[in-house]
Amino acid sequence: MSTEFETVVGLEVHVELKTDTKIFCSCKTAFGAEPNSQVCPICSGFPGMLPVLNKKVVEYAIKSGLAINAEIAPYCKFDRKNYFYPDLPNAYQISQFYLPICTDGYLDINVEGTKKRIRITRAHMEEDAGKLVHEGTIMTTSYSLVDLNRTGVPLLEIVSEPDLRSSQEARAYLEKLRSMLLFAQVSDAKMEEGSIRCDANVSVRPLGDKNLGVRVEIKNLNSFKALEKAIEYEAKRQMEAIEDGEPLIQETRTWDEEKSITRSMRTKEEAHDYRYYPDPDLPPIKIDQEWIDSIRQTMPEMPDKAQERLMGKYGLPEYDAALITVSPYNLKFFDQCVALYPDAKTVSNWMMGELSRLLNQNSQEIEQCHIKPEMLADMLKLINDGTISGKMAKSVFEEMFKTGKSAGHIVKEQGMIQISDEDTLRKIIQEIVEQNPGVVEDYKNGKEKAKGFFVGQVMKATKGQANPGAVNKVLSDFLSKE
Amino acid sequence: MVISLQEVEHIAMLARINITEEEKKEFAGQLSAVLQYAEKLNEINTEDVDPLYHILPIYNVFREDEIIESPDRNELFANAPVFQDGYFKVPKIL
Repeated sequence: MSTEFETVVGLEVHVELKTDTKIFCSCKTAFGAEPNSQVCPICSGFPGMLPVLNKKVVEYAIKSGLAINAEIAPYCKFDRKNYFYPDLPNAYQISQFYLPICTDGYLDINVEGTKKRIRITRAHMEEDAGKLVHEGTIMTTSYSLVDLNRTGVPLLEIVSEPDLRSSQEARAYLEKLRSMLLFAQVSDAKMEEGSIRCDANVSVRPLGDKNLGVRVEIKNLNSFKALEKAIEYEAKRQMEAIEDGEPLIQETRTWDEEKSITRSMRTKEEAHDYRYYPDPDLPPIKIDQEWIDSIRQTMPEMPDKAQERLMGKYGLPEYDAALITVSPYNLKFFDQCVALYPDAKTVSNWMMGELSRLLNQNSQEIEQCHIKPEMLADMLKLINDGTISGKMAKSVFEEMFKTGKSAGHIVKEQGMIQISDEDTLRKIIQEIVEQNPGVVEDYKNGKEKAKGFFVGQVMKATKGQANPGAVNKVLSDFLSKE
Repeated sequence: MVISLQEVEHIAMLARINITEEEKKEFAGQLSAVLQYAEKLNEINTEDVDPLYHILPIYNVFREDEIIESPDRNELFANAPVFQDGYFKVPKIL
């Protein structure tokens, strides 16, 4: 008999806070700099160095805490997490173990119309480690090259409760978290640059069972796709092991993107013994209500509020409003475009349709693409005043996306003005009718389809530039006279 | 509290140092003595005393988020035995 299983997932998400300088020293945090060019005696762990906390890191951590509906601790502090690895020059990572800055938060997710609240256990500040580079792979080389630019970049680690029940829910949670952090303006949250990184704790249990199964931690999840695929693979692996009567062990596994499998890295017996203890170099942090309130006042409009506004003020459907508020860049684009062209639903249709199709096709982000809100607004005005048809607009839009030229410019350059003048259309129709006497007969004998043929011919003759409404009108007049 | 020989081995492993059988016994004795000394604190009643997280009565020591140019990396490399193409070069650790 086959048992029905339930997948249980909790996520640990590391977010790079976008400060100008590192958490404990004044070195730059710019991405992609020359190796070891943003390193000083503090972040490279020289003897006698003294770390001093960047105030902005605390402010961003409070802001993030507010964005995830967490309690901000009135008193928190830093601890040392001890382990040896070449990417960690101090041989300890400064983190918050005993008293984290944020506790007891939550995010609401929506998977296929079902809303669910995911609890967040804690969020704590810590420093990032350096980067190891290998010629070939770590297996084939005999040494590591160490770049300490990333050492000391501020991170916020956000730990969820095991409230997620599927790969889809895990993805929805990570997307929601990313969106909240983008709106709060505390991180670039770019998965491909590693400014948001995710580990997943995955277990399975027979449906209805209250106890959690043996937990496996999966590392190296560098994309939303990897997160989903790894959870699905791992849950299936665990279910099959249980059904086959094989014992599961608590362990850390890594996601192998190429083979689409998880592989064991270390078991609980080999697990690290971090010997956390308070860092005496860093005095504790007190956060009073006044500080929290002053940061709350700097919080921009968050996605849930923005969604309500779009539905209330513009009457957009929930679906449209949810998609537009996925990122602050989308929302900004929408708001700027609607300010210039107030038909909100049309703006939303173009954003969700053509724009999002072209962005996906070209793997671009809305904030970096050629199309600016005022360019879309200008094009919509050209449709509205009859200069171009909706069909022509699609090719104008593609050209705008490719070249960054304005709609007016493209229309002029390609002679794309819509033909609405009835006399001009009448001449074209006259010619087509004369060339196709048989079809006119068909029409007279009651074949409505014959009219469609003429419309098609007119469009062909005008390269799609004829105004469809005007063509219909002139054609009806014409055929009724014949 | 007495530290066993197994615990000494575990601590040595975490610290990545090799120690002899002789040293194991020596360190077990010394570490036990240190812990026993600290155990005296258990004799004091601390029921109404808040835990102490830092020895100085200071908090919120911050710096502003302002960049100071990092030193030339060659100065850092002056302290490294091996470097290559702008990187520190170390034996790989799995």
